Amino acid sequence: MSWLPEVASNLASKVDGVLWFITIISLIFFIIISTFLIYFAIKYRRRGDDEETPYITGNLTLELIWTVIPSILLMVIFVYGFVVFKDMRTPPKEATEINVVAKQWLWQFEYYNGKKTLNELYVQQNRPVKMVMRSDDVLHSFFVPAFRVKQDLMGGRYTQLWFTPTKVGTFQLFCAEYCGTGHSKMLGKVIVLSPEAYDRWEKGEEEEEGVASLSPAERGEQIYANSGCNACHSLDGSKLVGPTFKGLIGGESELEDGEIITADENYVRESILEPQGKTVKGYPPVMPSFKGILSDNDISALIAYMKTLN
Amino acid sequence: MANHTVAETLPVPFLEKTGILSWILSTDHKRIGIMYLVSISTFFLIAGAFALTFRFELLTPEKNIMDPHTYNVLFTLHGAIMVFLFIVPGLAASFGNFLIPLMIGARDVAFPRLNLGSYWIYLLGAIIILIALLKPADTGWTFYTPYSIQTETDVIMITLGIFVLGFSSILTGLNFIVTIHKLRAPGMTWHRLPLFIWASYATAILQVLATPVVAITLLLLIAERTLGIGFFDPAKGGDPILFQGFFWFYSHPAVYIMIIPAMGVISEIIPVFARKPIFGYKAIAYSSLAIALISFFVWAHHMFTSGISEVAATIFSFLTFLVAIPTAIKVFNWTATLYKGSIWLHSAMLYALSFIWLFTIGGLTGVFLGALAADVHLHDTYFIVAHMHYVMVGGTVMGFFGALHFWYPKWFGKMFNENIAKIAWFLVFVGFNLTFLPQFILGTQGMPRRYATYPPEFQTLNELSTIGSWILGIGIFIVVVNLIKGLFNGEKAPQNPYNSLSLEWSVPSPPPHENFEEIPHVTDWTYGYGKKQNTEK
Repeated sequence: MSWLPEVASNLASKVDGVLWFITIISLIFFIIISTFLIYFAIKYRRRGDDEETPYITGNLTLELIWTVIPSILLMVIFVYGFVVFKDMRTPPKEATEINVVAKQWLWQFEYYNGKKTLNELYVQQNRPVKMVMRSDDVLHSFFVPAFRVKQDLMGGRYTQLWFTPTKVGTFQLFCAEYCGTGHSKMLGKVIVLSPEAYDRWEKGEEEEEGVASLSPAERGEQIYANSGCNACHSLDGSKLVGPTFKGLIGGESELEDGEIITADENYVRESILEPQGKTVKGYPPVMPSFKGILSDNDISALIAYMKTLN
Repeated sequence: MANHTVAETLPVPFLEKTGILSWILSTDHKRIGIMYLVSISTFFLIAGAFALTFRFELLTPEKNIMDPHTYNVLFTLHGAIMVFLFIVPGLAASFGNFLIPLMIGARDVAFPRLNLGSYWIYLLGAIIILIALLKPADTGWTFYTPYSIQTETDVIMITLGIFVLGFSSILTGLNFIVTIHKLRAPGMTWHRLPLFIWASYATAILQVLATPVVAITLLLLIAERTLGIGFFDPAKGGDPILFQGFFWFYSHPAVYIMIIPAMGVISEIIPVFARKPIFGYKAIAYSSLAIALISFFVWAHHMFTSGISEVAATIFSFLTFLVAIPTAIKVFNWTATLYKGSIWLHSAMLYALSFIWLFTIGGLTGVFLGALAADVHLHDTYFIVAHMHYVMVGGTVMGFFGALHFWYPKWFGKMFNENIAKIAWFLVFVGFNLTFLPQFILGTQGMPRRYATYPPEFQTLNELSTIGSWILGIGIFIVVVNLIKGLFNGEKAPQNPYNSLSLEWSVPSPPPHENFEEIPHVTDWTYGYGKKQNTEK
């Protein structure tokens, strides 16, 4: 088990350089202080009540040394940290732009060709990408440990971040800025594809191949896990931000205005597309609309999956 | 030993009177100190219990005993109560009240009634925060906008409580500044002052200058929630980063409000138990002031990834490294004081030595967070949680426990069981490290903070941390029981059990109502331990 995540972007090894440099300097100081503390505490332990001690109030040379040397080292660390930071904040001109929208509690990515994905960011190996990011509601933070990048998102202002993924694979994306009840479920994946695979993904071939073999309910289960439903809706009957999916379809729900309805396919569909219309009593009206995010097929699959939970 | 007739005419010890009114109407700084001590300790234990509860939740990656909302509420309350009701008033209000007049040779603080008023205001703020627990906030103790504006939980009540607490803090600071300026005994020049007084003075300046900013910020937040004025919510045309700037403009100096008094305590304990003059007195004294001053200009190092400009981030990173220097100097000075000493490993000294060791870890890990590139990776992960606890628990709480064990005989006139105190110290020390060391690794590996659930690969380190929290909890429990037990059946404390040269040990234990029968004339500094080799002072 390593103390740092794997290195999967061009920036990661640079940041690790800074982390290692500070670690080594810190360890040296830590060992010096610890050694003196323990050595003194043992060597000069009181053995009798009237031991004589010298009257030493200071030593200018010593004090100058331990002021000047740490000061110089701290300035070196500052400069090193700044130099790498400057790289992290200077995207290359040729970087591909991807729009990122964060909302409670999901990530939405929009690519230059109009393609949209939810909680899954597709990027190509060795091609620099620049995220242009905003939030639809509260603060969020885009954090991929394997890339060593992090940047907050907010409403009313765009923030940016860039990296060049260097390894093919799937990497964890976290929301690092506390954003409410579903914070720890606001997870995503960064999927780094080889240039060939990325080409196929762009043309939409990959997707078709992958889903063709799945039943609607199986596909619905994937959507539940990957589209952010799981942040607010449980499968086991427990109450999260929203009502549980268990027994939802066919069951009775009391709405905010007191009306009792039987939740059917149409109610679920309406609630996904226009969530603020008929909210269930006792739950805050915070769900974002999935219009344009989930297709009709996706919604049907999700409904099929929800029926298996009864 | 004084003879009988004299002893009978001595003023009565300040603890003699009983009855609730003798407490809540008392203007005696020592009694007010005790009221603060009991209050802050109670809140320390409550907030600690919250921490044990949500640490238990983190034993498993998915849900263990509570839903995410409950988890969020608990870490919010843990942080808010620890910060605003325990650690900010903390040592400054409790030991500051008790010690400042005694150490400078005064009968009380400059404004005794204002002092009592400060305590009442503290209590009022505490009561408001307790009312806020009816529908507790889930924003984190930092109340970041716009979440704190949009959440349906009760943010107004808790921030109102903190607003009220601020006045207590400001008035206490003001009182101490005047006291230290005007009430020093004859001969108690600035350069003879005990270092705890220097630390209290620096803290008081921070309290007076920084607290109004958080008060105004919280007022703006309340105005935005109730009146809908768009200061901070982008949906209303406000700026969420502005809130962070305001908040940390107070809360970073507040970090030093929390730690500087503990540094003062350590500077008192070490010379007494090493029988050595403090090494580099002036460096320690002025570094407290330097830290206080620089701490006003480093607040944005909490915001490197928030969206502030690169230029701002770079300037604040530079200034942050400046504040590390006076802090490092203190650590070297304390360690050098031990050289050729005659070291008595009393429980108070064990806490003081732990302070140096743990605070060194806390300080060095702070260097990581000051360096821009490293902070981008580590910000908002468990690395921050660990760093902050090494400073606040490894630093301030160790200082607090050290102070409790050191001045206990003087304050209460009783002795506690020293062997049990040592066992408790050991458990606290081991438990603390087991709780928070693994969190550094969790942080570098990338686990974000404030997560009710987490990916399974982080489980082992979380388990270690949770087990550590149990040991720490048991250790603190023994500390509390041991000290309370001492009040009832401890031996009577001698006037000066450690042969300290400081003024508070020149009066009986516990001290009489107005401390000194006759105001002492001070002829030397407080650290004249050891045999002088030459005429140098």
